[in-house]
Amino acid sequence: MNLNYLPFEQPIAELEGKIAELQLVGSDNRLNITEEIERLREKSSKLTESIYSNLTPWQIVQVARHPQRPYTSDYITRLFTDWEELHGDRHFGDDKAIIGGIGRLDGRPVMVIGEEKGRSVHEKVARNFGMPKPEGYRKALRLMEMAERFKLPVLTLIDTPGAYPGIDSEERGISEAIAQNLAVMSRLRTPIICTVIGEGSSGGALAIGVGDHLNMLQYATYFVISPEGCANIIWKTVEKAPLAAEAMGVTSSVLEELGIVDETIPEPLGGAHRNIEAMAETLKERLIAQVDRYSAIPIDQLLEKRYERLMSYGND
Amino acid sequence: MSWLDKIVPSVVRSERRGESKVPEGLWKKCTKCDAVLYRPELEKSLDVCPKCDHHMRIGARRRLDIFLDEQGREEIASEVVPIDRLKFKDVKKYKERLASAQKTTGEKDALIAMKGTLKGIPVVVTAFEFAFHGGSMGYVVGERFTRAAQVALREKRPLICFSATGGARMQEALISLMQMAKTSAVIERLKQNGIPYISVMTDPVYGGVSASLALLGDINAAEPGARAGFAGPAIIEQTIRQKLPKGFQRSEFLLEHGAIDTIIHRREMRDRLASLVAKLMKLPG
Repeated sequence: MNLNYLPFEQPIAELEGKIAELQLVGSDNRLNITEEIERLREKSSKLTESIYSNLTPWQIVQVARHPQRPYTSDYITRLFTDWEELHGDRHFGDDKAIIGGIGRLDGRPVMVIGEEKGRSVHEKVARNFGMPKPEGYRKALRLMEMAERFKLPVLTLIDTPGAYPGIDSEERGISEAIAQNLAVMSRLRTPIICTVIGEGSSGGALAIGVGDHLNMLQYATYFVISPEGCANIIWKTVEKAPLAAEAMGVTSSVLEELGIVDETIPEPLGGAHRNIEAMAETLKERLIAQVDRYSAIPIDQLLEKRYERLMSYGND
Repeated sequence: MSWLDKIVPSVVRSERRGESKVPEGLWKKCTKCDAVLYRPELEKSLDVCPKCDHHMRIGARRRLDIFLDEQGREEIASEVVPIDRLKFKDVKKYKERLASAQKTTGEKDALIAMKGTLKGIPVVVTAFEFAFHGGSMGYVVGERFTRAAQVALREKRPLICFSATGGARMQEALISLMQMAKTSAVIERLKQNGIPYISVMTDPVYGGVSASLALLGDINAAEPGARAGFAGPAIIEQTIRQKLPKGFQRSEFLLEHGAIDTIIHRREMRDRLASLVAKLMKLPG
């Protein structure tokens, strides 16, 4: 099994393997097998298309958690220029599960706050696998309040398995840290645009997810409890996670229907990780348009709209 | 007092856990010390065990009943009832789960909101019904809380919330999660308008409610021994692979770590909250 591909993608992996082999043969024997390679490429692309047009919610969750999926740091390097990372909550420490800083989005100064899972084992540990502690959310709050003072639009990138469930987290008030962010974001006097880029798990995601506009990448996922957690409670086994994912409606299509997600941002064929550059380009274009659109609205009007929207959650 | 009341002490005997069967009706066993208690006595002590002072769980109606003045109560937003927007189904349909919870509790959902007075001070009070689906917050809980807060805002009445909940309601998925944002936003409006909001955590308060309305009070209080936190103990133990310290996530722990302002005994709830609210509202003492 090719670990760069998810279980349901294995047929694609086989085809890609064949293509790679043929390419090797081709360079050795100078045989004209370009046509055959072309044919297989087309087949692989069609297969990917057909598999990806019919993904189940559980398969989407797997794509959203794909080990090669672009993370916040991958987007930061591609979307912003003049980037300066800003560290620390000024009280306790610097939580590396949340990256914050100021950059320019096609010239416009913006505040960026994103959750980061980390790529290498070493980095994953340093970033606590993207599970923020109170100091992470308080750093985010500090930066958002700074953005308010300098009238910088806030862009958040959501990608977390959840806020960290640990003793230190509880001791330092993880609940209060999340709650405080929800309260302040509801009235922050600057546009806030949130994007779920991977996994949006529960309160740990929402804590940087309240704003004027909520984007979801096509194969991102957003849930109140992980499908495994839900399955564990209801069926007493994580094996039923696919059913839980189905029942909870964890994908952008369902969430757009419920009026929670505003915009689904399409991903390259086979998911964001198959073409990070293209994904970043699409996301950048959308964000530029959104920043301009929301910056043009008078701030009191924007806040009233944000509040009305918050009040309407769950209404018919 | 009748002769029977005189000869039957409030605590007749203590027994080891699981050994005895307590007859339904007149007697109730303390869930902590196992003392068998005479129900009318227990009710007089507001369901606090006279022997070990354990604060037992009480329903939302009773909570409101023992807290508010008798006159002038008015329920808020009772017309808001659950909708199964997701047509959620697991081993059972969510609709069926709702129906059975409604039948056993006599409530439409897990939060009751009421207007009334507290020792003469006009207030708005909300209380979670833990027996309804673990007091979980879905659309109805969020919406009723929000409407209650809007009444408080309009009529400049302090808002008081007694929480008892396992967190967000899974069966309403992201709609539940968004209730955290909604309730936090309306609380922020109260703050900006100088209307006091007092959160009283009663056993237990976890998850999405803890990470929103329960910890946003101008004053955060808790009943003695109440457990409250973001993640449940089982989840934390699973994550860190070690046993949790004694008293972890209890009110006393929360006080020690600065999460709450004070612990209030159920018997003193009316007096202390009335006094606090009066000072915040600059009413004569």
